[in-house]
Amino acid sequence: MSKVGIAAYGKIPFTKDDHKIESTLHKSANDLFQKNPEIDKKEIDAVLISTNNNSKYLSPILSEMSGIQPKIAHSIESLCNSGTNSIVSAFSYISSGLADMVLVSGAERYDSPGQILEWDNSRGEFKHPIFWASIFSKSYKEKYNISDEELAIVSVKNHKQASKNPNALSKKTYTVEDVMNSKKLTDDLKLLDCSRPCTGSASILLASEEIMKKYTDSPIWITGIGQKTTSAGFTKNTSLSSMESTKIAGQSALNMSNHNISEIDVAEVHDAFSVCEPMILESLGFTDPGNGMDMIKNLHQTNNFKINPRGGLIGCGHPLGATGISQTIEIIEQLQNNAESRQTDNPKTGLIHNMSAAATSSTVLVLEK
Amino acid sequence: MSFEKELEQGRFYIPECLACKKLVWPPSEFCDGCNEETSLRKEVFEGKIIEFSRQNEEYFCMVEFGDSIRIMAKMIALPKKDQIVKISKCGISEGNYFFQVI
Repeated sequence: MSKVGIAAYGKIPFTKDDHKIESTLHKSANDLFQKNPEIDKKEIDAVLISTNNNSKYLSPILSEMSGIQPKIAHSIESLCNSGTNSIVSAFSYISSGLADMVLVSGAERYDSPGQILEWDNSRGEFKHPIFWASIFSKSYKEKYNISDEELAIVSVKNHKQASKNPNALSKKTYTVEDVMNSKKLTDDLKLLDCSRPCTGSASILLASEEIMKKYTDSPIWITGIGQKTTSAGFTKNTSLSSMESTKIAGQSALNMSNHNISEIDVAEVHDAFSVCEPMILESLGFTDPGNGMDMIKNLHQTNNFKINPRGGLIGCGHPLGATGISQTIEIIEQLQNNAESRQTDNPKTGLIHNMSAAATSSTVLVLEK
Repeated sequence: MSFEKELEQGRFYIPECLACKKLVWPPSEFCDGCNEETSLRKEVFEGKIIEFSRQNEEYFCMVEFGDSIRIMAKMIALPKKDQIVKISKCGISEGNYFFQVI
């Protein structure tokens, strides 16, 4: 399989603003081309759009607005992990030889229809994500004797890290008391335990090894990919305190990259709700089951940004189709030592975890210098 | 297969494969195992509370029927884990299923 790298990226601040999806998409793609004027748009073979928005023909639209005439142009939707799934598709086009350079742009509006999976009638009238998050939280807390105050540290840590990220939706820092006193949504979930829908976009340009040599002296390579779908419906989850799809996708990605989890220096993980972060860390193997909060507390106390340096979904906001791409850009910046005040200690290998619909599917990427 | 027609009338019947007898969930005209047609098994199923939480004064529970079929249902009284329950109300409202257990 030929190597695939990331040649360039573009990003914009996440907001609550009411912008058209086409305009939102164009902003991050334009940022990419403004920062990398040497890129020859004629060499872009494919334009892939990651979004849950219902607007039509978005890839040809972005292509026209950006002055690109690609061979391949289409959208990819898979709820919250549309972004990394689009990156996997771009990787596949390049590694198969169908394309040499692929632009992947993800965007979402604050009012995305992807926030609710209408099909999942097994959830009855409890289709909003706060209900599966409450069930996960209750189950996880009981199984491992974790308190609400301990879980609140996830939100405190990730808001702290987001405050160093100029593109994050949240600029505020919070205490455990603030999280505990935020609006009670259910007995097991407070408002500040939740990521928030928002408007945003992010773009990256993937390229073959040959093309990468032309455009960058500090290439970042995608060396591991793992994906797993266990179901579509939340109630089919066999465990309510761990994530089966994440376990399988994580192990596949690590196997492909010939690494083990202890060699991952920095990671972006899909903290849609506070409880997700310890569950993900345990399911990926960073810690033993039940010890995720110990790791998070230690990272927070030592001001170590190893997990979710960008601020996570809780701090950054969650524009569904853009999230996986934004997570990937953060790991690129970390590996290139360009993450400014969020920079971790000279990382060489990074991981991205992006999931959908109560972890019924997960995608994991490994990136390396 | 008329799962939704029955549900609209307040009856919760689970589809069963005519060939292999597997209970099929979510409701479907075809078995996800052997691909044969299903029909509704017209019996009152007992379920078990797997997990629950509360929003305002109402509890919402994950309830398991027949070892593998799980739904989210409302419950008014305080649930207990592993409590055996039955569907007391169900139907379709604005396109969404709803279930209540006692």
